[in-house]
Amino acid sequence: MDAAFIRFEDLHKRFQENQVLRGVDLQVMRGETLVILGGSGSGKSVLLRHTIGLMLPERGRVIVDGTDLTGLSEEDLMPVRKKVGMLFQGSALFDSMDVFENVAYALREHTELSEEEIEARVRQKLSLVELDESVERRMPADLSGGMRKRVALARAIALEPAGLLYDEPTTGLDPITAQAINALIRNLQSTLSVTSIVVTHDIASTFMVADRIAFLYEGQMVFAGSVAEARGSVDPRLRTFLSAGNGASHV
Amino acid sequence: MVDIFNATLEHLGGIGILARNTFRQGMRRPREWSILVEQLQHLGVGSAPIVLTTALFTGMVLALQTAVSWAAFGKLLIGDVVSLSIVRELGPVLSALMIGGRVGAGITAEIGSMKVTEQVDAIRALAADPVKKLVFPKVMATLIMLPVLTILANFVGIMGGWLIACTELDQTSEFYLKHVRGALAVHDIFSGIGKTVFFALFISTIACYNGLRVTGGADGVGRATTQTVVAASIAVLISDFFLTKLFLIF
Repeated sequence: MDAAFIRFEDLHKRFQENQVLRGVDLQVMRGETLVILGGSGSGKSVLLRHTIGLMLPERGRVIVDGTDLTGLSEEDLMPVRKKVGMLFQGSALFDSMDVFENVAYALREHTELSEEEIEARVRQKLSLVELDESVERRMPADLSGGMRKRVALARAIALEPAGLLYDEPTTGLDPITAQAINALIRNLQSTLSVTSIVVTHDIASTFMVADRIAFLYEGQMVFAGSVAEARGSVDPRLRTFLSAGNGASHV
Repeated sequence: MVDIFNATLEHLGGIGILARNTFRQGMRRPREWSILVEQLQHLGVGSAPIVLTTALFTGMVLALQTAVSWAAFGKLLIGDVVSLSIVRELGPVLSALMIGGRVGAGITAEIGSMKVTEQVDAIRALAADPVKKLVFPKVMATLIMLPVLTILANFVGIMGGWLIACTELDQTSEFYLKHVRGALAVHDIFSGIGKTVFFALFISTIACYNGLRVTGGADGVGRATTQTVVAASIAVLISDFFLTKLFLIF
């Protein structure tokens, strides 16, 4: 079995004249939490979306658990998407459904579970993200930003995926809630032993959840290494980014 | 000019591909019956008041105009003119324009809002198909409800003419209804209803296509919604001419 759960090979992506990814090479090892750091517009979210085929590269390959996504149809991508859950930046909860139905969505779609089993599974996932039964019938519009992230996370883990993608999990949250979400990511990591990619520009969050760090700069992966290696890096671009982020978090 | 032509072709191609995928995905199991019923209620039943009000007053105006415009002969022809105009053209076309405005705009706004808030991507990320989940139920609901609403609109429009003929123009019910029955052939009814199946397909597919193409935020949703109303109305009016020619052949 390949030690890398996800591989990006020479990934290129362009939007009209804007070349966003310029040959990204990166491996995400099984069971690790890799944080991809980068400034706004550096292509982090674009890279994350390539992982489950929400975007297609113009050149290069994405390989997930041994499956090369190149040329796969939407239907052929379904098994990969069942294997890798995603938490969207804005949570992307279905606003016409209540919390219970949001979390149950993938279970109803892909399993033959009975209503009782679905109910038990939904409650288990909600408890994993530290929510109780009282929120089940609330609509997404009635939830705080932090609660929406938790529900979205419960929905992403409903099918018990082997991988989890987090797109800016703490953006837009107050520092206390952001810290709670970081703790939750860490807890899920130890409870579920999933392979995770966290895309963020939040330095405090990075050091709290990362096993390894990769730094995306102007569409290229200019650094990938352990947390200690990132702290000791002499790359001026990464150093500037980390010190600016640390400065901001101290303020 | 070349750019506009290319963009139009691109849109037409995109709408055609979406229509094909809609029926291909929609036929796959599990069928989305509960979503379809919800959409029938939302898109169809919810549109009945506006469609029927339009039909009622169109029938009333037609009766008045016929009586006034054709002087002595006009009153004799009210039943014929109202029923033929409503059943062949005005019932189907006005119902389609109303549905294009209300339902088409609603579909684009709903799907467009889901697109900009990443809910459409969330459906894909959960290994489900947005075409099957979002597009197919809306297209099917419009395909079912527009012909049904048009049948009701035809009836209400003819009753609008009857109301004016009997209350304002000194006609008896028997006389008016005898002319309605005498003027209408089965072919008139079926050609009118037959056209609405095509109108429904055009309206719903254009609306879903525009919704799925939304980019940006609320501004993008607003623009796409306006485009849907314009494109759906034009599609109904242009296709009406060709469909009329087609149904006249058979």
